[in-house]
Amino acid sequence: MDFGPLLLLAVMEGTVTAAVLALTAVGLSLTFGTMRVVNVAHGEFFMLGAVLAWFVGQWIPGAPALAFAVALIFCPLVVAAVAVATDMLILKRLNYAPEPTIVATIGVLYILQQAALSIFGPDARPVAAPFNIRLQLPWFGYSGYKIFVICAALALLALVWLLLTRTRIGLIMRATQEDRETARAFGINVDRVYAGVFGLGAALAALGAVLVVPIRQAHYLMGADPLLLSFIVVIIGGLGSLRGTLVAALFIGILDGVLSAAFFFPPTFAKIVATLLVAMVLVFRPQGLFGKGAG
Amino acid sequence: MKKQVLWPHVGLIGLLAAGQFFLPDYHHSNMGKILVLATYATGYNIAFGYTGLLSLGHALFFAAGLYATSLTITLTGWPAGAGMVAGFLAGGVMAGAVGLLALRTAGVAFMIVTLMFAQAGYLTILYLGRWTRGDEGIVIPQALRQVAGLDLSQAESRYWAALLLYGVGMLFCLWLVRSPFGRVMVAMRENEDRARMLGYNPFAVKLTALALSGLYAGAAGAAYAVMFGYAGASLASVQYSILPMLWVLLGGAGTVLGPFVGVLVMFYLIDYAGNLTSATLLVVGVALVALVLFAPKGILGAIRDRWVRWLP
Repeated sequence: MDFGPLLLLAVMEGTVTAAVLALTAVGLSLTFGTMRVVNVAHGEFFMLGAVLAWFVGQWIPGAPALAFAVALIFCPLVVAAVAVATDMLILKRLNYAPEPTIVATIGVLYILQQAALSIFGPDARPVAAPFNIRLQLPWFGYSGYKIFVICAALALLALVWLLLTRTRIGLIMRATQEDRETARAFGINVDRVYAGVFGLGAALAALGAVLVVPIRQAHYLMGADPLLLSFIVVIIGGLGSLRGTLVAALFIGILDGVLSAAFFFPPTFAKIVATLLVAMVLVFRPQGLFGKGAG
Repeated sequence: MKKQVLWPHVGLIGLLAAGQFFLPDYHHSNMGKILVLATYATGYNIAFGYTGLLSLGHALFFAAGLYATSLTITLTGWPAGAGMVAGFLAGGVMAGAVGLLALRTAGVAFMIVTLMFAQAGYLTILYLGRWTRGDEGIVIPQALRQVAGLDLSQAESRYWAALLLYGVGMLFCLWLVRSPFGRVMVAMRENEDRARMLGYNPFAVKLTALALSGLYAGAAGAAYAVMFGYAGASLASVQYSILPMLWVLLGGAGTVLGPFVGVLVMFYLIDYAGNLTSATLLVVGVALVALVLFAPKGILGAIRDRWVRWLP
């Protein structure tokens, strides 16, 4: 393949990564923005979504499209329920103090990982795509499902945006983010808002996982990369800024696609550089590359 | 007062020394490992428990000691003792270098920055697989594990060496936290702004504490390499940054003996759970959650609050 088509392929692969990453990272960003909680277990919510999608595929054999549709509704709901329980049983009782919360979510990370290992097993398992259409471009064929993933992620992100900016729920969320005490004084049940936001953030990660799992496989350790990448995206985009998160997800996703097409660097080296760069961004520009101020 | 503070610490060392003779083989060999890890945890406690620096990157300092020692011994032919000194210093230098950058941030950002640096270090070890042999790791042959005439691959000399390491580290920590500088460290944890107003330089104090903490991690890593003859990338992974935090929280952050108690309890908890179930991760996870929920001050912290208020 020539350089041009190869680059196009890399960018397309990168856009798929970016779309899923955006969903996951927006989930992390929402919980951080509204609750000021750093959720280390976020990657495990992603993993849980993928593993549950595999189970749904087993319950509904022979009809991948139906299984996919069921998983798209079932998985986020279950994961959101787990997240809400985590919030109410653990985080709320810690009063969302930053450091104990991080320690507790590390604990939740291990618990979920062990649960997946014990129930789902140590092997990577494939999930069937709901449809197999191949788009023939002049230079190469491309999976129609991947295009669908991009569109679906965009649609979901648009829904989140509408929810945040155009509905009463969004208004209440933003009010709580702005000033928790005043919101409480106006009769907003802050506890319920927090539980809801934590659940929504986890559900977004699970949705991203359900979308991507037919392309990659379900595995109990698959949460580590989305967690790290989401952190990178949220930090570069500016902690808690939704627009910055989207821009950064696109940037990181495409960069990842181009880098892992292995033009120039071995992937480990690229990861080292990326990790150090993110650390430097946090040290020298804590408000993020795109954010103007915190929040 | 002075004597009252000294006796539990010296007493523990005496008890451990006696353990050399009465501990059954299995526990005797466990104790060697526990003491090395307790040294690591004691160093973590200096940064986290006393100075309030919640780092998630200590595996980097531990790995610096581990690899500086094993690489100098196996590649350059240095004697093991010199290799251990190199490891000890490498931990401190690495912590100082990370601190220079990471201490510009605080709180959650500090955790993430240290985590990122440690992750970069872990990836570097994998990347330099030609020398570090990545996940598979370096195995140091028995012939190279001699320090001052002692063969550290033997259980008995290993026990003495581990006890010496922990004893020196623990007594230094005791002296440090009761020294004027130790008081300033605690002031940083409690109220940095007020300490600054009183004329202390928070950056310098925190950097010194972090570098000291790194020296402990480097020493523990160096000792691990020579005593157990193995250095692998898994020992540099994020789990080895989380474990010292868990040990310190369990034993009691900001208590001199807490890290040892934490390592001891956690070691046998996992050992015991390992007989019942293979779900060891679950034990770690539940322990972390239960600790922050029900016993945020750890075992010795709770004892100090209730009975022995003078415990340092």
